[in-house]
Amino acid sequence: MLVTTPTEETLRTGGIELSIVKGGSGKPLLMLHDELGYPGWMTWNERLAEQRTLLIPLQPGFGKTPRLDWISNYRDLAGFYSRMLREQRLDPVDVIAFSAGGFVAAEMIAADPRIFRRMVLVAPMGLKPESGEILDFLALTMRSHLRATVADPVNTPEFAKIYGGEMTPAQFEAFEDARTETARLGWDPYMYNPSLPHLLEGLNVPTLLVRGTRDGVVPRGCIDAYQNVLKEAQVAAIEGAGHRSEIENAPEFVRVVKNFLRD
Amino acid sequence: MQIGYFTERPYRWVPEDEVLKNQAFFGVSNRFFDPQKGSEDYNYYLDEACYAEQLGFDAVALNEHHGTPFCMGSVMNVEAAILARITSKVRIVLVGNPLPVIKHPLRMAEELAEIDLISRGRLVAGWVRGAGSEQFFNNANPAYNREYFNEAHDFIIQAWTRPGPWRYEGKHFRYRHVNPWALPLQKPYPPMWIPGVLSLETVKWCAEHRYPYIGLGTALGPTCDLWDYYADEAAKLGYQAGPENFGYLVPTFLAETEEKAQEIGKGFAFGGGQAAFSRPEHTLPPGYNSRDATRRLARQPGGSWLGVSADKLRQGSAERKDATDYDEVRKKLVGSYQKAQKAYQIVVGTPKTVLPKIKTLMEVLRPGIFVVFSVQGPVSNEDRMTSMRLFGQEVMPALRDYAKEIGLRDPIERKPGSVALNSGISRIPVVERGPLAPLGLT
Repeated sequence: MLVTTPTEETLRTGGIELSIVKGGSGKPLLMLHDELGYPGWMTWNERLAEQRTLLIPLQPGFGKTPRLDWISNYRDLAGFYSRMLREQRLDPVDVIAFSAGGFVAAEMIAADPRIFRRMVLVAPMGLKPESGEILDFLALTMRSHLRATVADPVNTPEFAKIYGGEMTPAQFEAFEDARTETARLGWDPYMYNPSLPHLLEGLNVPTLLVRGTRDGVVPRGCIDAYQNVLKEAQVAAIEGAGHRSEIENAPEFVRVVKNFLRD
Repeated sequence: MQIGYFTERPYRWVPEDEVLKNQAFFGVSNRFFDPQKGSEDYNYYLDEACYAEQLGFDAVALNEHHGTPFCMGSVMNVEAAILARITSKVRIVLVGNPLPVIKHPLRMAEELAEIDLISRGRLVAGWVRGAGSEQFFNNANPAYNREYFNEAHDFIIQAWTRPGPWRYEGKHFRYRHVNPWALPLQKPYPPMWIPGVLSLETVKWCAEHRYPYIGLGTALGPTCDLWDYYADEAAKLGYQAGPENFGYLVPTFLAETEEKAQEIGKGFAFGGGQAAFSRPEHTLPPGYNSRDATRRLARQPGGSWLGVSADKLRQGSAERKDATDYDEVRKKLVGSYQKAQKAYQIVVGTPKTVLPKIKTLMEVLRPGIFVVFSVQGPVSNEDRMTSMRLFGQEVMPALRDYAKEIGLRDPIERKPGSVALNSGISRIPVVERGPLAPLGLT
């Protein structure tokens, strides 16, 4: 049962009003959502919010926060969020980042190794996979894209919260906004930055890489690429989960993340 | 009136089942391309353009698509350059160069200047955003499509008109040394005609630039709406739009008998026809449409854009109900072919039956440019040329008379945007919807 009622507020940074969702109590935990946007408050949020205050900025251009014309790649977006943390005096902070959000977090730490105390990167993009390819979800209809994010849509109850099968015009527009902004930032090179591994190499920020063993979006090769440059990173493989292990196996996901973020 | 001839230059040898299996032309493997046949076809299509000139067409129109047997014009400027030399009278109309996917406006300015010079001033430049599939093929970011288009267009105008050398620092394009030596023969630069499939943004842009807008076989009712929109925008800018601001391209096929015309005309539905140009996920990549256009699409589930509707976009990629019964699919395609004829979006028949239909199109849409779009599919050279001859000899003269009778002035006779409209004066109608109601096409 979900008891936390997250709030949404705005804060002024980088010349715009950034919408940010907040929920829970305790030390702040920055959450960077994925390329389809903040999917709503789920069981895993609730469990982590028992001990942490989740801060979830809603990416510029994804419908709520206005788009910033000068943000044209993920490094720019990382700079924007870094500025926000600096201005809000939130750094250093722990971060949990998903998929393209993981790309952003990696760019942030590459630019400023002190910005995060600990990083949880869930199925992160950002590095060219050692093997395999990042799924070209921009060449799929949004329905196929959504379905590709979980290994077993029928048996993933919280997937219905994101996408219940029908799509209202408002949902359609929100997903299109997100996919458009994702195309703008990540089209070429596709969802990675060739210079990023060279800037990450040798950093020793405590890092947990979470992957679903049936991830159809981000291949194992991306995790390998992160491990190649962040030698100390731990890997948690969630058996049978796809790209959204946080909802596909929330108990296991919460267990490994809580264990990692334990003080 | 300017009467033009257009063909997609289809690759006529691709097995239809491969297109049906793929649910689109875009994406069919190029292992089905036979270079020998391709070589023959490229040469034939150039000859066909020369034949159009011989028959008295005012213009031959070329287009460009990438990675598809639907259209072999993957580098249209190469064909235009050849036609510049081997023809002598026809205008060479490009409908158009896909600026956002070529992403090199300086090179484009140079290529087109050469074509205009070699043709001794017969080039009509036209611009398009490139089909959605082209964004994938050329790895052009669809979210910047409109920005690339606008910036490339503005740059080319500058490159042709502002003496160099100068430096250019734009948002998407940057050049250290802009000084193209060869400049167009036509001054200040070649005319520009813009083709489209009813994008509001493009129509507004055309009205602002006083460029003729050419509807590509678009449904008559919505085309009337859009031309009214163009004329309203024009009125706000202080000019009266007229036939010189509009063009219409329509699939047209003629034969000596109605039966033969109907049989061969089915080529327009080959592989699914225009609606099967590309699958929905390739037709509308993220960001290709403006936010407003996406909103319009989202809220009109039945509304479609090149065969794409919000409903289709909500479906999975390449979902299909029946993957093997292509004969059944073909039957449905024939049904859609007949429906399109009833809607006047395809005109097929003998000169006797085709002429009144095209007259109706001209009466309703009042275009200053009319372009005949030749048949798709595996149709022989002989049948294609017969269709051209019948149109050229038995339809075109009567159309010219009719155009004169109803005052369809073209953009060569009267510069688009040159008729001033004083403020406070209502604009005059640009379309005649009267004939639509009896045809059930409102």
